[in-house]
Amino acid sequence: MNYITLLLALIFVILPLILSKTLHLDLEKDTIIATVRSIIQLLLVGYLLHYVFDSDHFFYILLMLILMISAATQNARKKGGSVTGITWKLVVTFVFIEILTQGILIGLHITPAKAQYIIPISGMVIGNSMVLAILFLNRFTSEIEAHHEETELILSLGGTPKQAVHIPLITAIKSSTIPTIESQKTIGLVQLPGMMSGQIIAGADPIQAVQFQLLILFLLLSTAVITSALLGYLSYPSLFNKKMQLIKTNFSS
Amino acid sequence: MDNHDAAIQFIDVNYSVEDTSILKNLTGIFPKAKITTIVGPSGAGKSTLFRLCNCLRSPNSGEIYINGKRISDYDPITLRKMIGLALQNAPMISGTVWNNLELPLKLQGKQLIEEEAKRLLLLVGLEEKFLFHKVGDLSGGQRQKVSIARTLVNRPKVLLLDEITSSLDRVSQHEIEELIVKINKEFSTTVIWITHNLQQAINVSDYTWVLMNGELVEAGDASILTSPTNERVQQFVKGESF
Repeated sequence: MNYITLLLALIFVILPLILSKTLHLDLEKDTIIATVRSIIQLLLVGYLLHYVFDSDHFFYILLMLILMISAATQNARKKGGSVTGITWKLVVTFVFIEILTQGILIGLHITPAKAQYIIPISGMVIGNSMVLAILFLNRFTSEIEAHHEETELILSLGGTPKQAVHIPLITAIKSSTIPTIESQKTIGLVQLPGMMSGQIIAGADPIQAVQFQLLILFLLLSTAVITSALLGYLSYPSLFNKKMQLIKTNFSS
Repeated sequence: MDNHDAAIQFIDVNYSVEDTSILKNLTGIFPKAKITTIVGPSGAGKSTLFRLCNCLRSPNSGEIYINGKRISDYDPITLRKMIGLALQNAPMISGTVWNNLELPLKLQGKQLIEEEAKRLLLLVGLEEKFLFHKVGDLSGGQRQKVSIARTLVNRPKVLLLDEITSSLDRVSQHEIEELIVKINKEFSTTVIWITHNLQQAINVSDYTWVLMNGELVEAGDASILTSPTNERVQQFVKGESF
């Protein structure tokens, strides 16, 4: 693929623009912004990765990971409710996920300790973790608001804060991870996953592409559950003060 | 009344939410082993007062003493087991009556005996068959009875009852009144009871608080309601139907 064919691919942007104009969907501005941003961001990342892969130096890998975690934290922090101290809780979650997954992958020699493997896999893991964090925080906020009477009831009967938020916490963890589990059940039947499709298009052996895709799927399943659970257990104490009283203002959407 | 007789004592307590003052310079006592009723118009701060007693909220200023000890010196969990709270809308955890009754002990890692659960149901005037009924299928009055039974599981020294008979019929109201008086007499439990029903307040109380607009207007025996001398209490009593 070259830049001329890429230019032709813009037809797929022009089509929704025409539709938006004709049907008065008012999506033209957002579509153009999204297109321009994706071109700039991906090209920039492409050149950056080219340089990092060539050098294969640990410092550049670390820098890329810090960048990814910072961007994921910033995005989840803005969109995922306003838990007190959410920034460091998200950072701890993403760093933990990254260390755990790369530790297993590299430690057990599942993937080589090379930038070419570490960076794309980290991108998928941290990206998935970010989406899960947003889903979890939104659901947890609404669960706490909907069940605040039960929460106070348990406190009033002598329960601990952890006991008081148990049901909203478990509901939020379950409901935020269900989409990941459900999508895995139909994978390959309805759609071919992006990474696998990309490898096949690039000429890789489909069996090897499937093996890699399965590895990623299992990783994403693990990160989904760990992200929600870890963030949940880091977040719930912010709902209470030292006297074990529910502070609503510390957790409002 | 001597402060040594106080189960709960308020000294110049103020509580506000953002800029809204809910309780203002509240000073008074709830006598030990007696039934105190709290009456007053809606929005007087009565339910907030209970949340302060149960340590679900803390005052912005002033002191609350429980059995002569500052409330802030108690471990919140110990205090909440000692001060039982039955709320107006009787919130339930989903599941059965049994799930709700076993909750207070389950929170402490203990197990409620089924016979004890049945005894508590009978005590509040519900038949044993209700034990495994879903709480969603209960009437408002039945929920309120389950809520009282659940509060009794912890064997509290102080019972805070927030409008517990408002959704009950007259017969059930009378049964609950008898039950609360019985608990008070048999176990020397201090009872503090918010009620809108002035006749009920007169019938059951040893001591009464009239709370209006976050202020304690008057406190004393039932005569402050039957023969009010305070002008604001007179107006309030006149406006309420017995």
